[in-house]
Amino acid sequence: MSATVAQPIKPWRVNFKQAWPEIAGAIFAVVLTYAIVSATPLKGKLGFFVTLIFVATIVAAGISWLRRDRKAAFNSVSTVLVYIAGLFVIVPLASILYEIVRRGIAGLSWGMFTTDMAVTASDAPLSEGGILHAVVGSLYVVLIATIVSVPIGLLTSLYLTEIKGKAASTIRFFVQAMSGIPSIVAGLFIYAIWMIALGNQYSAFTGAMALAILMIPTVARTSEEVLKLVPGDLREAGLALGGTQWRTVAMIILPAAQSGLITSVILGIARVAGETAPLLLTMGGADALNLNPFSGYSSAIPFYVWKNFSMGTELSIQRAWSGVLVLMIIVLIFFSITRLLSNKKGRF
Amino acid sequence: MSTIKGVEKMSQPNPVNSLASVAASRPQHVDSKHVAGTGLEARNIHAWFGDKHVIDDVTLDFYPGTVTALIGPSGCGKSTFIRILNRMHEFIPTAAMAGEVLLEGTDIYKSGTDVTKIRLGIGMVFQKPNPFPSMTIKENVLSGLKLAQLKVANQSELLESCLIRAGLWNEVKDRLDEYGGALSGGQQQRLCIARSLAVSPQVLLMDEPCSALDPGSTLRIEETIRELSASMTIVIVTHNMQQAARVSDRTGFFLSDGGPGRLIECSTTSEIFSNPKDKRTEDYVTGRFG
Repeated sequence: MSATVAQPIKPWRVNFKQAWPEIAGAIFAVVLTYAIVSATPLKGKLGFFVTLIFVATIVAAGISWLRRDRKAAFNSVSTVLVYIAGLFVIVPLASILYEIVRRGIAGLSWGMFTTDMAVTASDAPLSEGGILHAVVGSLYVVLIATIVSVPIGLLTSLYLTEIKGKAASTIRFFVQAMSGIPSIVAGLFIYAIWMIALGNQYSAFTGAMALAILMIPTVARTSEEVLKLVPGDLREAGLALGGTQWRTVAMIILPAAQSGLITSVILGIARVAGETAPLLLTMGGADALNLNPFSGYSSAIPFYVWKNFSMGTELSIQRAWSGVLVLMIIVLIFFSITRLLSNKKGRF
Repeated sequence: MSTIKGVEKMSQPNPVNSLASVAASRPQHVDSKHVAGTGLEARNIHAWFGDKHVIDDVTLDFYPGTVTALIGPSGCGKSTFIRILNRMHEFIPTAAMAGEVLLEGTDIYKSGTDVTKIRLGIGMVFQKPNPFPSMTIKENVLSGLKLAQLKVANQSELLESCLIRAGLWNEVKDRLDEYGGALSGGQQQRLCIARSLAVSPQVLLMDEPCSALDPGSTLRIEETIRELSASMTIVIVTHNMQQAARVSDRTGFFLSDGGPGRLIECSTTSEIFSNPKDKRTEDYVTGRFG
């Protein structure tokens, strides 16, 4: 007599027999909503969705109540609301992405990345001119802002978590306050102090300074949260092995928190990559490629987009949409690279 | 005769006798004489957290080449006491202390002492295994060298000898480049012991090193402790009296009567388990309280 061979099954998986009332309920809710919207003065997509929230909740609650009890009814109400909330986040995001690709793709060409707008008018045909100056400018400002803010932000977070000095609570308060300042204020601050009071000129570096003001608090706060997650055990173990505080932090704490710290840098870059307002005040907005980040007017992609939108002609608006698409692609590439870097094994 | 005596002891339910026989069955390779100025000596140690007095006047000598077990109920200051022995106590912001800790006759709390050197000489193994997550097994063992910026002529020899002494070599010799987190809990704890050995400390402090481990790993670590005791001074805090009886040469009993913790009694392990001088020690080791 041979033993029967056990087959792996998932008894907890919902099959059609159990799920059909829910599926029927969902279809019924959509049909009912459609009927209500056609029969009443409620109009359009918005009316449809608002009605759907109410109808779906009531239908789901009713089905659960009939099949089980009151507790199940409350449970399905919350489930339906959570699903709808998720839908509300995904639908606008997806439609924004779709719209950017749809409108931006028309103006996309290789020539766009090899030329600038120095001799081209905004409403010249799309085969002329390009975005090179803005791409280079954006890379400069983001790179310089990152180089300036990451060390400052990281050291601030180390002060808050490792040194825990007397000023820690004050510094934490100011970092939080700083992360709330509107970006135009950061631009005005650099404009007033760095340019007017100290006599510096428009340049990519000046723009990067404004972005750094926005980036430092983001990096400092997220790094602090990440460093707080590193177990105190590891600090003690490092110190108990005869390490100084600096060597313990550099050899144990920072590597242990590495992937989280990279995420904090990504968040900082995400904060500033699309900023327009502070750059309007600090970069001058050149149309020609400027390879020197420390002097002369220069541009950035958000600046380029703003400039072309404000021209208002059909072709310039097309240029703006393509600029948005390029910015999105660059940010995506950058995120992918940093994600790959941080996905090492054996970390937190 | 002796066999019969042993059988009698086995059949008796009295835990004092069974622990005493465990303690007595181990070779006692130390005489109880202590030479002043050697090993580690704690003199009139007090400790506070804020206003709370947690250790009251503990004087205790740890002889070179012996294992000293510290037993006692939770909250009687054992862990605080051994953290004072390698200057880890001061990391708690409200902490304060009084007294002297002499290593080879020199107070480790004397002003101007290089704390990192002290901790290099007095290693510590923690309750929870804590290998460094960003390092491989090999890097973990050698991390102390890098942390303290020590140079060693032959790293792979040191790596092997530390892992052998910690009883881990056979299990990890083919996977030295894997991350330490991939090991089981017991292996991680032995990795932490190997890590402490790499900087060749004179004293090794162990704060309940087996409390998170299964019996097999515990046994393995106890063997490791026995093997290490020939070459260094070991202090082990444990809640497991069987363990104290199995591994230690001397045992100190701590107790707090609601106030600060005090050292009630310290003697050879067989003495503590067979013939304790203090009634409270007897009550504790027989399991009548605590």
